[in-house]
Amino acid sequence: MAVSTVLGRSDLGDPTEQGRPVRPSRRPGGGQRAVTWILAITMIVVGLLMLLPIIWMMFTAFKPESDIVSYPPTLWPRELTIDHFIDVWNRIPFARLYVNTIVFAGGVTLISLLFDSMAAYALARIPFKGRAVVMVLILVLLMLPFQVTLIPLYDMLNGMGLTNTLPGLIIPRMTNAFGIFFLTQFFLSLPKDLEEAARVDGASEWRIYWGIVMPLARPALLTLGLFHFQYNWNDLLWPLVMSSSVETSTLPAGLSLFMGQHVVEYGLLMAGSLLSLVPVILFFLLIQRSFVAGIATTGLK
Amino acid sequence: MTTTVGPPTERTTAPRPAPPRRRRPLLKANGRRALTAWLFLTPSLIVLLAFTLYPMIQAGYLSLTDYNLIRAARFVGLDNYVELFQDPAFWNAFGNTVLYAVVVTPVTVVLALLFALMLNQRFVGRSFARTAIFLPFIVSLGIIAIAWAFLLDPNIGLLSYWLGEIGIVPEQGWLNDPRYAMAAVMAVGVWKNVGFYMVIYLAGLQSIPGEIYEASRLDGAGPWQRFRSVTLPLLSNQTLLVSVLALIATLQAFDQIWVMTHGGPFFRTETLVMLVYREGFQQLRFGYASAISFVLLVFVFILSMVQFGYLRRKQVTY
Repeated sequence: MAVSTVLGRSDLGDPTEQGRPVRPSRRPGGGQRAVTWILAITMIVVGLLMLLPIIWMMFTAFKPESDIVSYPPTLWPRELTIDHFIDVWNRIPFARLYVNTIVFAGGVTLISLLFDSMAAYALARIPFKGRAVVMVLILVLLMLPFQVTLIPLYDMLNGMGLTNTLPGLIIPRMTNAFGIFFLTQFFLSLPKDLEEAARVDGASEWRIYWGIVMPLARPALLTLGLFHFQYNWNDLLWPLVMSSSVETSTLPAGLSLFMGQHVVEYGLLMAGSLLSLVPVILFFLLIQRSFVAGIATTGLK
Repeated sequence: MTTTVGPPTERTTAPRPAPPRRRRPLLKANGRRALTAWLFLTPSLIVLLAFTLYPMIQAGYLSLTDYNLIRAARFVGLDNYVELFQDPAFWNAFGNTVLYAVVVTPVTVVLALLFALMLNQRFVGRSFARTAIFLPFIVSLGIIAIAWAFLLDPNIGLLSYWLGEIGIVPEQGWLNDPRYAMAAVMAVGVWKNVGFYMVIYLAGLQSIPGEIYEASRLDGAGPWQRFRSVTLPLLSNQTLLVSVLALIATLQAFDQIWVMTHGGPFFRTETLVMLVYREGFQQLRFGYASAISFVLLVFVFILSMVQFGYLRRKQVTY
């Protein structure tokens, strides 16, 4: 079982760290060491290049406007200011956008983790007639581009008076085929012994699901939680379609609307953008350790 | 514990009541368990049927009408599809979508594999490199595309300036020049997703037993040979998954291109999803936009199936 992290320190690929005997032949020699250093330098440079837009955004948010538009442009600020962060709260309904995004992404993540895992529990752990039919339905919906349903969905929610509201944004996302598929794969990999014992002792299916299977599924739930959270936190098209004003919008949609209207205020936009990246990055750093245990033990392996 | 007769397993420490007596009610309870299964499925099924399957069928119907949100839908048969196939805007978007997919998918997959192989070695700074490469995947494209647009601005963009210093200067700037705009949005597309696919490859690499490498090393295989005949075949599951996911994602590209170029210059970067958005939500031609999205659905479905079929044949299970 892969209880480790791909992005963190430990490494499953190295047999020495899995309690297997150390093989002296794998010790790097002199030539090997040079190769390792070249590799290290190359990958650190690649990493920095990948981070460039984020690093640049960070520095730009602290630059005075005159510095941002000066030529030649520089990465490092000549002068530091926090004016843009103050501006962003005063000039656009930033707090409103932030709350909307938290409620939308957080709400969708929690509800869909519950619904996805209930469905996945039934599909993976309870034999019943019709299971195959439901599995096929899930797989077909997995391939369906979301955009295909966009228009009728909008139309339907518009008819219910749910456009420009948070429930309208959240309700269609309360479960999804990918989440059910992902968790089904994980639940299938769990050993049967514990729950069989509980079943013999007369525990209800709900108690087995909630008390035994869910705690075991923690890495997978956190990983799927990250996917759901980042996807909805970042989604542009859905909030753009569902809300017509900045007040009922989410951060990506709100900021992109704002960019169209006030093109020149780079510092303000960068400060707003930077603030909106914080929760997703925090979420990721918090669950980083379980993250790949989740991937390595599901169908994504 | 499915056996009813036989010696107790090592795990049973306390003596259990005789199995046959407690098994019988369980078997009888099959009907109740099926009911429980359906109860567990109910919330998801309601949401999926109401908000995914039903709208999908509805989209199929709308594509045969001239629905525009304001007046009632009028059935027009295949008119939308006939118009579609004669519409240069559709063929332009279709071409752009295909171009974007056939360039971005393989580049992303190959880079992801390369990064995964390198980051599976041990060296100082590896955790940093892994996190740095993955991070773009979790930040918002809508937001980071704003940063990219500024970085590539011909007058004040840092990246434009740096690239200018080494002699690469498109006259009208990267995003305004019809020749380079597509290349620029493609590069951002690769940048965004490569980390996610890299993680899937890393998880795969880490599940390959070290003994296999030892054996091939003893057989005298060089690094390239080991890669060709051990690593690559054992990663075929990951390659299948990664390439299908990447293809589906590229065919649905919207966010980043929308923010960076709005489909311009001269519709050079307009994709099918963007055309759906423009025709549907800006022109209010919902019937026509539905027809476009249905063509996209069929296209995604066929390509995924072809890819599944092709890669399944080459797949190795271990």
